[in-house]
Amino acid sequence: MLEIRNLSKTYRGPDGPLTVLRGLDLDVGAGEFVAVQGRSGCGKTTLLLAAGGLLHPDAGRVAVAGQDLYALSAEARTRFRAARIGFVFQQFHLIPYLSVLDNVLSPALALKVPDARVRAEELVAALGLAARRHHVPAQLSTGERQRTALARALLNRPGLLLADEPTGNLDRDSADVVLGHLADFARNGGAVLLVTHDAEAAARAQRVVRLEARESVGVGGGGEP
Amino acid sequence: MSVWRLVFREIRYRKLSFGLAVLSVLAAVACLVAVLTLLRLHDRRSEELVAARAAEARATGRKLEDDYRKIMLHLSFNIEIFPKGQNRDFFAANYAALTMPEEYADRLGQSRVVTVNHLQPSLRQRVTWEERKRTILLEGARSEVPVAGQKAKKPLLQLIGPGGMLVGYELHASMGLKRGEKVSLLGKSFTVQGLLPATGDEKDVTVRVNLAEAQELLEKPGRINGIFALECNCAAPDRLGDVRKEIERILPGTQVIEKTTQALTRAEARNRAAAEARAAIERQKQARAELRGERERFAALLVPLVVLVCTVGVGLLAFANARERAGEVGILRALGVGSLRIFGLFLVRAVLAGLLGALLGYGAGLGAGLLWGEEPAGAAAAAFEAPLLLWVVLAAPVLCALASWVPALLAARQDPAVVLREG
Repeated sequence: MLEIRNLSKTYRGPDGPLTVLRGLDLDVGAGEFVAVQGRSGCGKTTLLLAAGGLLHPDAGRVAVAGQDLYALSAEARTRFRAARIGFVFQQFHLIPYLSVLDNVLSPALALKVPDARVRAEELVAALGLAARRHHVPAQLSTGERQRTALARALLNRPGLLLADEPTGNLDRDSADVVLGHLADFARNGGAVLLVTHDAEAAARAQRVVRLEARESVGVGGGGEP
Repeated sequence: MSVWRLVFREIRYRKLSFGLAVLSVLAAVACLVAVLTLLRLHDRRSEELVAARAAEARATGRKLEDDYRKIMLHLSFNIEIFPKGQNRDFFAANYAALTMPEEYADRLGQSRVVTVNHLQPSLRQRVTWEERKRTILLEGARSEVPVAGQKAKKPLLQLIGPGGMLVGYELHASMGLKRGEKVSLLGKSFTVQGLLPATGDEKDVTVRVNLAEAQELLEKPGRINGIFALECNCAAPDRLGDVRKEIERILPGTQVIEKTTQALTRAEARNRAAAEARAAIERQKQARAELRGERERFAALLVPLVVLVCTVGVGLLAFANARERAGEVGILRALGVGSLRIFGLFLVRAVLAGLLGALLGYGAGLGAGLLWGEEPAGAAAAAFEAPLLLWVVLAAPVLCALASWVPALLAARQDPAVVLREG
């Protein structure tokens, strides 16, 4: 599902160029749950953004479902992302004035989903948010917010789910719920790329990729399938 | 989820920001509409005032006309009839040289053309009084001509019997003539029958005798060169025109002039009053036009200034809104929402602010105009102008969209990676 080859990215900072990714190769297949770990600043988020078509790499190729993302125009890449890729962030990035249900429905702004409303209701129910469906983010717990963000990421039935520290702000129980849903997504044929500091979260992945500062190294074992 | 739903939710969430944008538009539109309403009400009031003044002048004119007609029914006027082409300059060599038949006076008396109280034929000629070596105006006058259907009147002029003479002031004063004194004139003996008072004109050098004797002395038997028709009455508004036509028809080769009368003076006064009324209307029009000009100049300065300030205000609010929503835009972009749609979100918001502001501003401006403007009859109906409402409802959203264009563009072009990386 996700194929990354020879990925490099260098930022220009006040102290000169800073290479955060150099020649990274990574594959995440359909039904695979892969965790990426590494110290702060090693390029985990950069990898995630590049994988999602949001950050143009300096070199290398990123393909999702066989489509080279950066061969597409910006608008085509945006449309492709809407159809194939879901995002979950540590900070949730929910729209503050929309209810849970409307937040879950917000990807429908980008892509017409015929059964969007039904699908959103199902996701809200599946993630235990039915009672909160008309609440705005400020009225939710952090766990509920993250579940809302997860439901939103799943609305368009993406093939690839990119999660950036989704459990970073959650208590253990909430984190378990979110990780369980990510695992379920993979079990159902989706591909998950999880970036996390949390060893326990990484342990839920089938495979762990460790990023060292300014370069990528090896591949570790995973937890649950 | 639709764009509209997202926009309305956002507006509800950020009421203050949206409210300020609406308020800016409202202020600009209200200012514009109020000024235009004030000017329209001013115009309407001006029309009313001028129309009222004109109606008043017309009514006064009609009343004067009626009064004049009534007055003319009772006021007499005097006319003088003399041969056409007569030179009436006393000092001219051919003064009163032309004559007409004496029978003209009788014919006029029987004509019933006008109601005449007195008809006085005369023959005048400048001659040299050989016996006294003086140039005099010899005037022959006879008793009044009888007027058809009227009893004999007391004559206006002092009657002069045969051999009698009336002498003008200059003559009798300089020659020391006395009443009853016998004098010789052009070889014929006369008795001074009367002495005329000073008049300051040719009468002072006039010697008036019986008409028949004057005709004899001047060798113009049966001829006269003037008829005074005194105290004429005629109800026609153009009395002189009508009378002149009739008399000239009855008495060929004559012409008619009207002597100054009280009625003429009144007619003159009426004309002056009408002219003054017209001038007053013009002065009022001018004053109203000047007032309008002042208001227009003020509006020409105020309205663009307010519109500019409000447009800048809307633009700044749009910038603030775009900045505040950077994270939201970033996530929407990450979710695959295209830049055009993001751009549209901001523009739709701006258009809604413009639309709402325009409607509220129109109402406020109309109210202000009615409150502070002049109050012609039916002011509310006069103040409402559908094309203006349509114009502001179209223009305000367009202006808001233009003011929000750059902020919306910046928001749409925002790099989501930057926003998401910064959390």
